[in-house]
Amino acid sequence: MRYAETGVNLEIDLSRGSIERDVSDPRLTELHLGGLGTNAKVLWDRVPPEVEPFSPDNLLIFGTGLLCGTPAPGANRTFASTFSPQTLLMAFSMMGGFWAPELKHAGYDKIIIRGKSPNLVYLWINNDKVEIRDASHLQGKGALETIELIREELKEPKAQGIAIGLAGENRVYFASVETTRGSASRLGIGAVMGDKNLKAIVVRGTKDVFIARPVEFMELCTEVLKFIENRMNTPLKGIPPILATVGSPQELSIIDEAWHTASFAWGHARHRKTDFWNKEVEQKWAETTERVKKRLISCYNCPVKCAGLISYPKFPNYILKCFTKLTYAMAAMSDLDFSFRINAYAHEYGIDGYSAPQVMAFAIELYEAGILTDQDMPGFPSNSEERFFWLLEKIVRREGIGDVLANGVYWAARQIGRGAEAYDHNTIKKHEQIPIKLGMLNPIYFLMWATGEKINITQIEGQLPQAPLDTKEEREEFVKDWIQLPDKYAEKFKQFVLEWELRGDHAFPNYPSVQTTCELVDWQETMHYIDDATGICAGLSSFPLKPPYHIHNLPLIISSATGMDINEDRLWEIATRNRTLIRAINVRKGLRRQDDRPPDDHWKKRFPDLETKLLDEYYKFRGWNKKGIPTADTLHQLGLDYVKEDFEQRAIYDEEKGKGNKD
Amino acid sequence: MMKKKVKVIKIDVDKCNGCRACEVICSAFHATPRYSSTNPQKSRIRVLFDPLKDVYVPVLAGEYAEAECNGRYTITIDGKEYGECSFCRASCPSRELFKEPDSDLPLKCDMCEEEPPLEEPMCVQWCINDALTYEEREEEGEEEEKPREMEIGLESLVKKYGVKAVKDTLARVAKG
Repeated sequence: MRYAETGVNLEIDLSRGSIERDVSDPRLTELHLGGLGTNAKVLWDRVPPEVEPFSPDNLLIFGTGLLCGTPAPGANRTFASTFSPQTLLMAFSMMGGFWAPELKHAGYDKIIIRGKSPNLVYLWINNDKVEIRDASHLQGKGALETIELIREELKEPKAQGIAIGLAGENRVYFASVETTRGSASRLGIGAVMGDKNLKAIVVRGTKDVFIARPVEFMELCTEVLKFIENRMNTPLKGIPPILATVGSPQELSIIDEAWHTASFAWGHARHRKTDFWNKEVEQKWAETTERVKKRLISCYNCPVKCAGLISYPKFPNYILKCFTKLTYAMAAMSDLDFSFRINAYAHEYGIDGYSAPQVMAFAIELYEAGILTDQDMPGFPSNSEERFFWLLEKIVRREGIGDVLANGVYWAARQIGRGAEAYDHNTIKKHEQIPIKLGMLNPIYFLMWATGEKINITQIEGQLPQAPLDTKEEREEFVKDWIQLPDKYAEKFKQFVLEWELRGDHAFPNYPSVQTTCELVDWQETMHYIDDATGICAGLSSFPLKPPYHIHNLPLIISSATGMDINEDRLWEIATRNRTLIRAINVRKGLRRQDDRPPDDHWKKRFPDLETKLLDEYYKFRGWNKKGIPTADTLHQLGLDYVKEDFEQRAIYDEEKGKGNKD
Repeated sequence: MMKKKVKVIKIDVDKCNGCRACEVICSAFHATPRYSSTNPQKSRIRVLFDPLKDVYVPVLAGEYAEAECNGRYTITIDGKEYGECSFCRASCPSRELFKEPDSDLPLKCDMCEEEPPLEEPMCVQWCINDALTYEEREEEGEEEEKPREMEIGLESLVKKYGVKAVKDTLARVAKG
């Protein structure tokens, strides 16, 4: 009897058209929990580094979190993992919605897809019945439209779907996989799905998911729910409204965007508009939102309404979430109304709302600089909004210049040449980043931007105020009931929040100490890696300030759901193991210290010596060598001897002595 | 005239955020042992939704209906067209809703009857957006004795297979 998980993975070979059920090894659950952790284990075991992202041998894995389908509030995340055509490293991106619990109820923890279908197909999973079906009639259809059409043709209104749009079909490097309420957008998962000729996966499940110690588990879940309700009703004091509650930022219920519009950069991560927000804008944006927002929406079994159903006349309806509300508006130096319009197409085409606007703004910069000309872009409009719509159509179809831009800023800059490389100023590891360009180096964020395997800051950061709190009273109030802190760091982190200042001895970059910086990063990353294994949404756990889930209740919740005996230390160790394994996968793909760096202009004030020290100490803290490679000792301690042996066989450790064959 | 207590779950479709927590907790509460499993298909409340058309309707399982309706109707409210069965509470042959997935036996909301009684049914407790709220009121009328769970199950078996078949099966099962 397996609890919380089903213990079964579906193995689909699209080249051969075969479907198999594979009972998973319960020991892997003990070592990695599930979700991203066990996805990573499968990728390590089965995809050698020589395999190209667009090879039939690359795997595409959709894994559910360990707790998905149980009553744990907000446990609904799907983890999509493969190798990215853009970064050439491991890609993982996650989505909320309803799909993961449905897959659990159909009787599966993961779908592991290999091979390539000769023609466009979709997968229909109805409990034990699994079919690969022709999707030629869905070619070119929008992602959300596809899900609806399949539901209709199967007469299964309760089925849940994920799908790619035109961008995925055309292998755009930043194509997303969309579900009706969410998307796995980062790192080109949709391109790999398109390469495999897989248009959609639609699931219906009516089986039980079991709980090992039901009464204990439900008490904990009820406490979590009460905590959520309390946090929803009492925003934190002294914190910008958009960051003061739980969930991902409540973009569609909170109009006040003073913080995002001032702190984030506009255009191609170029311009700050610190005085953009005023009463007039607030009123206009409130009206715009009111006009198109039909309803606030949640994911499965979560009361927090992070998304909204958007209905803009003459555009297809879609469900918008989080910061994508602003990414297009700000990149195009435009307005909220424009964002609501272009997002309607972007969701149907299935394209990443962080990367795509950056790529488009980059193209506009090149055009204005004369690097791209009317010859490259015949008919390019003069108005910024129209330019964005024009670029979107070209990119998702890989038409003309769109074929180059569809590879993202890094590759496009090198293909275009003529000095375009200098405009590639907001990518890390070849992947476009959220546009944040600030003044003073932030040592904590330096490490997270530099070393984060996710290459996406919002899935690494969390739980820390973005700036020192103003008054002594606010600080004391903040640390007073900060129960989420791990015991080993609690006093230190409270002290940090109490003493942290904008200027003086207790200000960045030399405060906090390098050691404390490493520990702050450790805590933030670790909590994310736990969520990525359990399927609990970061919006209730690792991301917001003072979340309902934390290191003290998560071990109890996981233990009572699964029957495993996991305490805080062991949970921390599992998260560290998963983090290290993913690092190892990337190391085997060639990732080294020189890749661990934010762009040069990420902060105006940089401190090379301090940054070297930060990286050195963080690597040491993680048990990695100076090149950022986990040491044999570290791997042994985490039970990853098979990684150590592989590294030795590939002479990866020998590089240090100058004998290696990489880099 | 006696007074009888009427339990009411009030549904505000405008407040529904479509999270289906009501389905999750209902199925967990009615699992045996309690909370030992979850399965929305066994829930006695379902959210009938068409997410992109802004249709979100929580429906509580009502009476078992032996036959399909003679003809259907659709309802349009504020320009939104609802499905033919959107507001219907019946467990009936025309849809898979409100049936135990393994046995096909009908499911019916029991307001989480419990000794001692719960303050509110579980779906209401878990709907913190207040799409579901609970009310008790008194009405004129006799307090009727409620059939127990086994009786409900047996009755529906009798309806489906006839008394004789159920009797024979029961005798056979009792022997084995």
